[in-house]
Amino acid sequence: MHTINELKCSFPARSQNESFARTMVCAFAAQLDPTVEELADLRTAVSEAVTNSIVHAYRGMDDGIIAITVRLLPDSVIYVRITDKGCGIADIPKAMQPLYSSAPAEERAGLGFTVMESFTDKLSVRSTVGKGTTVTMRKRMRHESDPARD
Amino acid sequence: MLELKQEENTLTVFLSGELDHHHAKEIREEVDFAVREQRPPTVVLDFRRVTFMDSSGIGLIMGRSHLMEEYGGTLEIHNPSPQIRKVLRISGTDRLAVIRNQTNGKDVPHAYH
Repeated sequence: MHTINELKCSFPARSQNESFARTMVCAFAAQLDPTVEELADLRTAVSEAVTNSIVHAYRGMDDGIIAITVRLLPDSVIYVRITDKGCGIADIPKAMQPLYSSAPAEERAGLGFTVMESFTDKLSVRSTVGKGTTVTMRKRMRHESDPARD
Repeated sequence: MLELKQEENTLTVFLSGELDHHHAKEIREEVDFAVREQRPPTVVLDFRRVTFMDSSGIGLIMGRSHLMEEYGGTLEIHNPSPQIRKVLRISGTDRLAVIRNQTNGKDVPHAYH
């Protein structure tokens, strides 16, 4: 699909970068003039994906890198791809089940994928054990002036 | 990051800033220290100054809910923003804690839309 604009960035998988990552994606998406709610949805979904990479993919590793690509696609669609080269997910359907967490003792609610799915239009997860995980999300931002808006 | 107010039977915790994985651990430790020490019948988590929350905040609420259950206390969530309410709704957290909007004093379990 034709890419109108694109941002690529990578950073160490440290928890202090969670805020930076979601803010960066939203700053890029702001060129579409989304509503406060749409931007909040995107911010939350990105936060979940990045947190998963830090908490799960790079568990016990301190040199992990998270790569993010954000694209502006036609029809005001924001595409976000978040990639890690961490441990990978053996059973993706299980990992995506609401309230399932592999780290309940750390008070992970097991809702990361549920939030990503609910707050975007399309979520896809590809993963290879030992190689890493790529999460892609798409969300259409409707302009304030769009008469078809809810 | 947080401010505590003790009055009669209620311990109110005013959370602030962004409640994500990075900040959740510190908040959890501070809240649990105060709750275990005082064992208040009601703990209120006040979200009026929280600008962002993801599912790390749900983990925090679920954990505090279990802590309150240990000694029969009640957990309340006050003044969540629309973004936070949406995360609460998805997680079904409204079943774990009473959610109130203090500006009108009414319970707003269905005021998410």
